[in-house]
Amino acid sequence: MRQVRRRRWLAVGLAALAVLALASLVIGSRSIPLAVMIDALRAYDPRNDLHLVIWELRVPRLITAVLAGAALGLAGAIMQAVTRNALAEPGLLGINAGAAVAVVLAVTLLGLTRPAHYVWLAILGAGLAGAAVFLLGRAHETGTNPVRLVLAGAGLSVVLGAITGIVILNAPPTAFDDFRHWAAGSVESASFEAVAVLAVMVAAGLVVALTIVGGLNVLALGQELGQAVGAAPRTIWLFACLAVMLLAGAATAAAGPIGFVGLIAPHLARAVAGPDHRWILPCSALFAAILLLGADLVGRVVAAPSEVAAGIVVALIGGPFFIMAVRRFRVSRP
Amino acid sequence: MSMPVVLRIGPFSLLWRPRTALVCVVLAGIGLALVVVLLGTGTLAFTPAEVVAALFGGGENQMAERVVWGLRVPRVVTAACVGAALGMAGAIFQSISRNPLGSPDIIGFTTGAATGAIVQIILFGAGPFAVSLAAVLSGIGTAALVFLLALKGRVTGGYRLVLVGIGVGATLSGVNTVLLVASDLDRSVSAQLWLAGSLTARSWSHAVPAALSLVLIVPIALLYARRLALLEMGDDAASQLGVAVERTRLAMVMTAVGLTAMATAAAGPIAFIALAGPQLARRLCRSPDVPLLPGAAMGAVLLLAADLISQRFPSGLNLPIGLTTGLLGGIYLLWRLTRDEKV
Repeated sequence: MRQVRRRRWLAVGLAALAVLALASLVIGSRSIPLAVMIDALRAYDPRNDLHLVIWELRVPRLITAVLAGAALGLAGAIMQAVTRNALAEPGLLGINAGAAVAVVLAVTLLGLTRPAHYVWLAILGAGLAGAAVFLLGRAHETGTNPVRLVLAGAGLSVVLGAITGIVILNAPPTAFDDFRHWAAGSVESASFEAVAVLAVMVAAGLVVALTIVGGLNVLALGQELGQAVGAAPRTIWLFACLAVMLLAGAATAAAGPIGFVGLIAPHLARAVAGPDHRWILPCSALFAAILLLGADLVGRVVAAPSEVAAGIVVALIGGPFFIMAVRRFRVSRP
Repeated sequence: MSMPVVLRIGPFSLLWRPRTALVCVVLAGIGLALVVVLLGTGTLAFTPAEVVAALFGGGENQMAERVVWGLRVPRVVTAACVGAALGMAGAIFQSISRNPLGSPDIIGFTTGAATGAIVQIILFGAGPFAVSLAAVLSGIGTAALVFLLALKGRVTGGYRLVLVGIGVGATLSGVNTVLLVASDLDRSVSAQLWLAGSLTARSWSHAVPAALSLVLIVPIALLYARRLALLEMGDDAASQLGVAVERTRLAMVMTAVGLTAMATAAAGPIAFIALAGPQLARRLCRSPDVPLLPGAAMGAVLLLAADLISQRFPSGLNLPIGLTTGLLGGIYLLWRLTRDEKV
């Protein structure tokens, strides 16, 4: 029964992703006829304006949204599994805040304004923040309390947020202007340059995640029980943290701090796929990609010819969804 | 744990613990010392003796009197009231949510108050009074929304309240970001300044409403304090002991929201006082009671100390108080995590 249901949902999800992908190539401040779009994909003509729009703007944007979304979904699912906390997501563990500080410093001190230039710093910031939370939360200790990790993340987020605020307030207004656009969480300024970095990082994160997918199932039983059936929680923890840093760091660098995607997608995935992480991870990545791509599309449509950043749309749609989920499903179990 | 003492006056009885009382007195002393130092700190520096003389009008220094009474007393009063309000509100929220993280900044009320303020600043370019009023109203509105959305079968449940609060907070934070991004740079910068939380240029028009609402709200909170402590045992146990669970929760949520909204209106969103104040107070008191008064005293001391640090900070860095508390509070939380064996 469950197998059939999982396959059906996976098929529906993939179909939805395909439709959204097509729509996101066609719809925008300049809507492009379907025939021209197909032409551009089959026989690219650099002298054609519309072909240029599709290849230089919309394709990288599409790939960024899908990759960043999938990365956030995977990161959220892994974090919820290892912390056994239904509210865990990259934002909560300080990883967004770490990337944000790095970006702020890059923009104000180094004068870097293009994502492809500060993407490395953002990943470094996310990684350092993740490592700090990992060490402060004593994630490496066996039998550790998962609440400690979340608390460390919350504490670090506030410290880093305050540093970000101090730098921003003491910087020239133009730096603040650059930063507020990045901080809204947008895939608008995607380029192939940045997409390449993102793709490599996400692939690396995915490989790490795949090595521990069975371990996540064991860890979901809880530290003591997991150890009793012979899992090595330390190794699983280490790999999980590495995967989260790569995935969330790359996504945040490419698209800005985006909340809720890493929170909602794993919940949807669990509702559809059940408790097995070999199903939860792919479903979560798929649903997260749909969410972010959909949000990007909605942001382009509702405010046309202007745009609302995908991160904001996710927050505006994700908040009510999250509240509904809290009321409907039993995520409110402590 | 120290032994409780019960005072009875006619039909009223008051249970208090000597250790808790001692903590409150010591904190009040530290707070007063900070106030004297703060009143002497600024572009013009005065000695404690000059400050005391200026306060009671006996000094020769006309300038000191004018600066102290005209500029610094309102600021210090605002800081003390805001800190106390946040400390008490934090104690209530942490108790209701049975969660040390259940402070008003985390469950969305501060964000809600900020939304009202930002709307005023960005859409209408409003002055300080309109901004404060909007912050209070939208803070209360957000709380009502969170409470209604958390209701299910006429029961809110501590955990659902926190989760719904996080959801509402995140949605509103999206609204706030839309406004910040969409507006022109000048207004966006001034909204960002408000969002950083500040005590600069607080006048009596900030201090008097803050003090008045504290006088109004605190007695209500103290009246429900015992019932709140019983609620921590769980809804079922508390109702078997005769506590009207939902009514107590609603009343306490509303008082805590009132305190938070007032604080936010007076000084902007200020992080971590509501989280750290009650936790530190509970640690010092070692009592099973909800640390309402000690939490308030600790909140006031923390905010006054943070203000002193902000003002004495070397170099010309612009360091708003809300960011100072965020920095120090976060470091406190992280430091505690490295020290504590159990969280």
